[in-house]
Amino acid sequence: MIGIEHYVIVSSVLFVLGVLGIFLNRKNVIIILMAIELILLAVNINLVAFSSFLHDLTGQIFAMFVLTVAAGEAAVGLAILVIYFRDRGTIAVDDVNQMKG
Amino acid sequence: MIQVIAFYLFAALTIAAGAFTILSRNPVNSVLWLIVAFFNAAGLMVLCGAEFIAMLLVIVYVGAVAVLFLFVVMMLDIDFATLRAGFIRNFPLGMLLALVILGELVIGVGAYRTGALELGTADGTAAPAPGASNIEAIGALLYSKYLFLFEAAGIVLLVAMVGAIVLTHRQRGGVRGQDVARQIARRPDEATVNVKPEVGKGVQL
Repeated sequence: MIGIEHYVIVSSVLFVLGVLGIFLNRKNVIIILMAIELILLAVNINLVAFSSFLHDLTGQIFAMFVLTVAAGEAAVGLAILVIYFRDRGTIAVDDVNQMKG
Repeated sequence: MIQVIAFYLFAALTIAAGAFTILSRNPVNSVLWLIVAFFNAAGLMVLCGAEFIAMLLVIVYVGAVAVLFLFVVMMLDIDFATLRAGFIRNFPLGMLLALVILGELVIGVGAYRTGALELGTADGTAAPAPGASNIEAIGALLYSKYLFLFEAAGIVLLVAMVGAIVLTHRQRGGVRGQDVARQIARRPDEATVNVKPEVGKGVQL
């Protein structure tokens, strides 16, 4: 039978893949944003699995709020990306520190 | 039996799609693999009885977020080859770090399985009512106990929407837009002239 450990391991692997994605594609902001989405997805799987196995719906409600924040984060992050590209013609994060001020 | 097969199918596809998302050479392929990962994660959630969150995942992520990513990837003319320059150089360190984190997480799960940790049990205040469907139970909880949190989530979305619009909105010069106030303020005597041209001369417009 499928226990909670199976779900936790799947979400751990997905979380680690997200962290690895941030490390491997350090210059490409779009892939970094996608890796963050993968991390949030792993968190959601974890919350929903625990919620289901403990018979407590709070986890699913919390997963909805994580989903809300993820959607807002993607929208604002991509908006920043678009104006950054419009200004500089590239999205390499190496020279993002020129944005300060 | 079918549950076990479905679980392993969804889990394997989720992890494989996640790996292809971060390893793919072309960001368009990355977005498409991300969509596959979301679909299979929704499958995993259906499998443990959370249909509402699964449908939300499909609608919000696949319908909105992934399409937004796709728009941005295809709209911006980005040279992706130069962005991949550090990929090989970062690979060993990234792999090492990922394996360390994964090992720690698996050790944590192992410790939980041996019974060394007591996680406690739910107090039952948020337990689904017997006989109620998943969406009914979530709705009852969301509109009673978590009402203010739910409205706060709405405000977060509103602020994100306003922020995205304010950030990307730009005033372009040389655009001939409609100025309603000027149109309304215009009077007939300043808009028209009465001329009496001589025969054969024509009028100056």
